[in-house]
Amino acid sequence: MTPPAPASVKTRPAGTGTGPGGALARLGPGGGAALRGLAGLAALVAVLEVLPHTGLVSADYLPPASETGRTLWHLLAEGAFWTALGDTLTGWGLGLAIAVVGGVVAGVAIGSVPVLRAATASTIEFLRPIPSVALIPVAVLLYGTDLRSVLLLVVYASFWQVLVQVLAGIHDVDPVAEDTARSYLLGGWGRMRYVMWPTALPYVMTGVRLASTVALVLAITAELVIGAPGLGREIAVAQTSGAVPRVYALVLVTGLLGVAVNLLARAVERRALHWHPSARREG
Amino acid sequence: MLDVRNLQKTYTGRHRNVEALRSLSFHIGAGELVCLVGPSGCGKTTLLKCMAGLLAPTGGEVRLDGHPVTGPPPGMAVVFQEYGRSLFAWMNVRDNVTLPLRRKKLGKARERELVDHALEVVGLADAHQAYPWQLSGGMQQRVAIARAVAFEPKVLLMDEPFAAVDAQTRADLEDLIRRLWHELGVTVLFVTHDIDEAVYLGQRTIILSKSPTVVQEDLTIDLPDERDQLHTRSSTRFAELRAHVYEQIQRAKHHSGATSPALPAQDRGPALQKSES
Amino acid sequence: MTVLTVTRRILLVLGLPAVLFTIWWVATADSTDFYVPPLRTILTAFGDTWTGDRLASDVLPSLLRLTAGYLLAVVIGVGLGLLVGMSRVVRDVLEPVLELFRAIPPPVLVPVIMLFAGIGDTMKVIVIVSGCVWPILLNTVEGVRAVDEVLDDTCRSYGITGSSRLWHLVLRSASPQIVTGMRQALSIGIILMVISEMFAADNGLGFTIVQFQRSFAIPEMWSGVLLLGLLGFVLSLLFRFAENRVLAWYHGLRRAQRNP
Repeated sequence: MTPPAPASVKTRPAGTGTGPGGALARLGPGGGAALRGLAGLAALVAVLEVLPHTGLVSADYLPPASETGRTLWHLLAEGAFWTALGDTLTGWGLGLAIAVVGGVVAGVAIGSVPVLRAATASTIEFLRPIPSVALIPVAVLLYGTDLRSVLLLVVYASFWQVLVQVLAGIHDVDPVAEDTARSYLLGGWGRMRYVMWPTALPYVMTGVRLASTVALVLAITAELVIGAPGLGREIAVAQTSGAVPRVYALVLVTGLLGVAVNLLARAVERRALHWHPSARREG
Repeated sequence: MLDVRNLQKTYTGRHRNVEALRSLSFHIGAGELVCLVGPSGCGKTTLLKCMAGLLAPTGGEVRLDGHPVTGPPPGMAVVFQEYGRSLFAWMNVRDNVTLPLRRKKLGKARERELVDHALEVVGLADAHQAYPWQLSGGMQQRVAIARAVAFEPKVLLMDEPFAAVDAQTRADLEDLIRRLWHELGVTVLFVTHDIDEAVYLGQRTIILSKSPTVVQEDLTIDLPDERDQLHTRSSTRFAELRAHVYEQIQRAKHHSGATSPALPAQDRGPALQKSES
Repeated sequence: MTVLTVTRRILLVLGLPAVLFTIWWVATADSTDFYVPPLRTILTAFGDTWTGDRLASDVLPSLLRLTAGYLLAVVIGVGLGLLVGMSRVVRDVLEPVLELFRAIPPPVLVPVIMLFAGIGDTMKVIVIVSGCVWPILLNTVEGVRAVDEVLDDTCRSYGITGSSRLWHLVLRSASPQIVTGMRQALSIGIILMVISEMFAADNGLGFTIVQFQRSFAIPEMWSGVLLLGLLGFVLSLLFRFAENRVLAWYHGLRRAQRNP
């Protein structure tokens, strides 16, 4: 099997390997780095606290960190906030699940039939870069502010991430391994189970990780622009009603959610691939 | 020319210190070709990096023409073992060789002349436009050697340059080094773990102990200057020298700066030992 | 190549798109659904809508904002990435902060930036920069971190230092990573261009398409969706073209490593 990148080279696969969360994951062993990182975060908070007081930035636009913190604290006591968070997570999780299942099924089907692969390549290359926000007006017309609007955007954006990775994974199956499997009379199912799937799995997990980030961005975007219930809509409402600290508190929540999704995706990836050389190399 | 005096290197880690070089002293005269051989893990690369000014020693010093080496000295070129990692993958062969010359500001004509000549002597006259990764391992190492040659160094340090190429290519490259050394009159320090290579190539072979490292023996190779793979290697004297170096290396595996030379068989255990500091 | 293989290739590339197009065409030909007009109507609307005045008044401003924001983000991202990547301490201090900023879904910055920068072009450019800069920055940091030690030693021993080292060693060896960041940033940039215009604007693609939707000019709206799709496709094509030129060495290297 050829892993995504040879171990002994200076260049790692550009892209998929070095995503967000890498830095956070690395903080573990190096105590010094973790301390410095905390210092960085503390400095950010300090700057955000002091800046409005100096008058360089109006407190109307940038409330001091303490006020944002207070607002966040109050937010946590609101039932509506948790409902919004739940809505966002629902849109994210459901959309991601549909995209992953769809992407894997379509990817395996297309990837294992060479003719299909060749025939669909141009179409995939055309559809993939279409920005999913282009679908916003369509979603509004068809589904209004329904969850389905969110799902349309989320699924469209994250489906391609999974599909492309699955196709790359299946493409990477070593012909020698495939021939070996054939010579041992492994049937189609056996080859898929023991040859194709183990090779493709790291790619699939990368796809899932990328998709989970994209799905969150699109879920919140859809809420923000279309007005579907969720954190995004809360931000839009807070902004139009001039509740500036609330805007900041909610933005902070989405950021933390993003970090959490990232760490979760990485943890899942590591768990699923603990036996695989690529996991050991990256970790 | 090149003086190594009481060179020490101890790596300071968070939890423990590792003494790599105990105390090394030797001298290389101008125009000499000296091989450095020792058991694996004996700190050859550490020594070479200290000599190249890439690593600061913990104690002692390296002097080039009487001047202490504190950073990479201008008249020195290094050829590393990992040819794949010491060439710029984004530059073609010619640019790889040219880049170090740029800051010498020799003028375009002289620069071109040096590069053409260097590629010619290593046998890459047709490969100017190729990228390193399009070449075989041996060819890539030739590019690295050409780069060193074009740089016109007074001293050439080579860190196990042929460890990763196949045997056939290796023999060719060994002869190439002998030839270049003759033609250019450059001082060469050649680090290797291969005993045959250590005997075949040099005028002298310095045998190192295992880590923490000291010089175990400084052996003069009294083979005739005219050498070739077939006759030199089958000569009696070659076999004797080879056997001698082999024995010394075997002894060196149990012998380090931490063990007394009088008790060579006594082994103090793990290769990496805590320093006394 | 024989005629047969050429035909086969053309069929493979154009076959499915042609089939899909035909299906869309036929399925909607007699459509009376107000929201799903016949493809023919959409295409006619496309010709009428996006040629002439609108090209200068809406498409061009959008593209200019995208270009300005994207280029600024590249300059800032690579510049800061070099600074952060080359110092271990700076990297340790800033990385958690940067990861947090990167994790914020870029579109939620639109309301925040509107507070400072109003609703003009500046706001839109800042929005695009603020979304695009993170992937470029973090990928540059990764790339700079990963500069090969042996190559670094080689440069030092040949006296290749300072700006020469920065250009010939650091930037070039980090370029695959930087390009990856730039690719991610491009798709974020398009999204933000559209979103910032949907939020508050008086021209631009996003604005116009939402206007069509709100005034129930359905074929025009669909034509706008089509145009956005086309824009995304063309930009990614241009990007790939540029990448293949800049990173030809890298793709060659990867291929060589795969098939030794």
